Amino acid sequence: MGKILNVSRRHFLQGAAGASVAVAAGGRAAFAAAKPIKIGYVSPKTGPLAPFAEADQFVIDEMAKRFALGLTVAGVKRPVEILVRDSQSKPTRAAEVAASLIKEDGVDMILVSSTPETTNPVSDQCELNEVPCISTVAPWQPWFFTRGGKPETGFNWTYHFFWGLEDIIGVFDAMWASVPTNRVIGGLWPNDGDGNAWSDPKIGFPSVLLKEGYKIVDPGRYQDLTDDFSAQISAFKDGNVEIVTGVPIPPDFTTFWRQAVQRGFKPKVATVGKALLFPSSVEALGPSGAGLSSEVWWTPNHPFKSSLDGRSAMQLAEAFEKGTGKQWTQPLGFSHALLEVAVDVLERAKADDNSSIRDALATTDLATIVGPVKFGGKGPFKNVSKTPLVGGQWRKGTKYPFDLVVVSNTLAPQIPTQGKLELL
Amino acid sequence: MIGWLDTILQGLMLGGLYALFATGLSLTFGVMRLVNIAHGDLSILAAYLALVIVQHFGVSPFLSLIAVVPLMAIIGYALQTFLLNDTLGDDILPPLLVTFGLSIVLQNGLMEVFSADSRGLSVGEVQTASLPLGGGIAVGVFPAITLAAAIVVLALMSWLFNSTSLGRALRATSDDQSTAQLMGIDNRRLYAVAMAIAMAVVAVAGVFLAIRTTFDPTSGPARLLYAFEAVIIGGLGSLWGTLAGGMVLGVAQTIGFALSPAWGIAVGHIAFLVVLLIRPNGLFPRTRDA
Repeated sequence: MGKILNVSRRHFLQGAAGASVAVAAGGRAAFAAAKPIKIGYVSPKTGPLAPFAEADQFVIDEMAKRFALGLTVAGVKRPVEILVRDSQSKPTRAAEVAASLIKEDGVDMILVSSTPETTNPVSDQCELNEVPCISTVAPWQPWFFTRGGKPETGFNWTYHFFWGLEDIIGVFDAMWASVPTNRVIGGLWPNDGDGNAWSDPKIGFPSVLLKEGYKIVDPGRYQDLTDDFSAQISAFKDGNVEIVTGVPIPPDFTTFWRQAVQRGFKPKVATVGKALLFPSSVEALGPSGAGLSSEVWWTPNHPFKSSLDGRSAMQLAEAFEKGTGKQWTQPLGFSHALLEVAVDVLERAKADDNSSIRDALATTDLATIVGPVKFGGKGPFKNVSKTPLVGGQWRKGTKYPFDLVVVSNTLAPQIPTQGKLELL
Repeated sequence: MIGWLDTILQGLMLGGLYALFATGLSLTFGVMRLVNIAHGDLSILAAYLALVIVQHFGVSPFLSLIAVVPLMAIIGYALQTFLLNDTLGDDILPPLLVTFGLSIVLQNGLMEVFSADSRGLSVGEVQTASLPLGGGIAVGVFPAITLAAAIVVLALMSWLFNSTSLGRALRATSDDQSTAQLMGIDNRRLYAVAMAIAMAVVAVAGVFLAIRTTFDPTSGPARLLYAFEAVIIGGLGSLWGTLAGGMVLGVAQTIGFALSPAWGIAVGHIAFLVVLLIRPNGLFPRTRDA
């Protein structure tokens, strides 16, 4: 036994040494003495936001293969390094890793994704240190305005693509308009960044819905990780609510939904953000997860193609499912698109200094797997490019327990629907 | 009036869940003055063990307890024997630090193995069924089962502590560790047994939590806070006090929620502070401050 172990270890060491020599030699031969282009990638790999970053590793591994061939920047073939850093779902940690990527690793560009808690501190560091930064997967208002963005001047180094609050209100509104209800809405809005923005009488749901003749039953902001929702359920029952909406975290929605059934509260429609983004959260609800609806940023049925390899959204999702054995999730498309934009920018840059890369970034106009990304518009849209948003409903699936089906495309008719919203 | 009665009833049910979480904590503190920061994370570990068993054998989560409870007890015994016993002494800081570290290790370990997805356990109809009690009041069947489980667990523990020689040894060690040692009690082995019992109860709490809501690798610490409060409200080291503590906390929260959803959790914390102010040793203290 000892002997076998010994031999295999020796074999392994020899093999490993050989491999690293080969890589080093290959690198030298292919790129002469070219300095590598360094791309920093910050996302919440651990902590409560980790489901957002689950697809990252797959996308980065795919890109590493592509980058092994190098990238032509300003006419010179350069090797590319992606430096992945974990924000641990904490804004302070996100700022720290961004600062060290900039100051210690000397990255040429930073990519960041997944919720304002990650995108904002990283973007701030980049703006401060004058490093080009592309971010995604956070509604654009909390990214732009929370960071003190002024529409007249915008930002100089940081760029963002995703949808906004106005889109999610429009999508939910269109979904509810498509079914017969008494137009009484119950709001499950928590006391956190999202909950306060969504329920805001000026910029949130009430501003639009009240004008359209909906009635809103809002029991008030509650704390995340609440164990009892009987107060909200009683208020919804008393108010004869037929539509439930909100932006609860997954465990809170589960607690609410189970208690609602226990207490005989059965709305006709339940459309919530955040809690129902990932198939695993819906599976955790069991059979009562079928029929719930949510916003949809990206699906394999979106009619877009990768600018890198021409794969369709469906082909990317299939590759992901084959590679990881897990059902596709919405951030997959956006992680891929983030690297699409990065490659496009680097290839268009006139030189490899930060300003040249930023100038290329500022004039981006690229058809990505999540739709067109174009910077340089008016006001906030100098730095922000909006991607299309549609509405979806979770249905009993064939291959996986639940499938997300697009049921409303009023705001983005280019994305085909796969059915109509069904009542619960 | 009916509304308030309903609110209090829901609070008592919620108290059952909090009591399940608090019992293990109360036990480890009562017997060996060990504050286990990883308590919540260990309950999440139990929930994942149940998830694996449910997925593998297709059994009901309730049935999975047959395996999860002894498994967690073994983990508890090993944990105390090989790790925590070495941290116990006059200084209360080392066990705090070690269990704090353990909490981080558990969270990241679970994340590696099970990913960050939120998961849940389903018990089918029972999960959403309710019992009408007349007058427009109904209680969920599952919350009622949770409360019943808490009472059964506490009754068993009470019997163990008051009517068995093991219980006598545990109480003796709790009262005066060095004298108990003089009487031939191996306190290190006894501590391991106490931790095994605590972890068995934690297993029940974790599985019930997983049925009530969803969990992910970072769900543990939030559970620790309520467990702590229930233990302190009920009185350190008192078993039935723990149930009372859980119920006070649960009722305070539901009353708070009924006043305004923003206040629920705050009212729970306020109830805890008020008890601390009026009765610093809790409602039914068993241990005295040294």
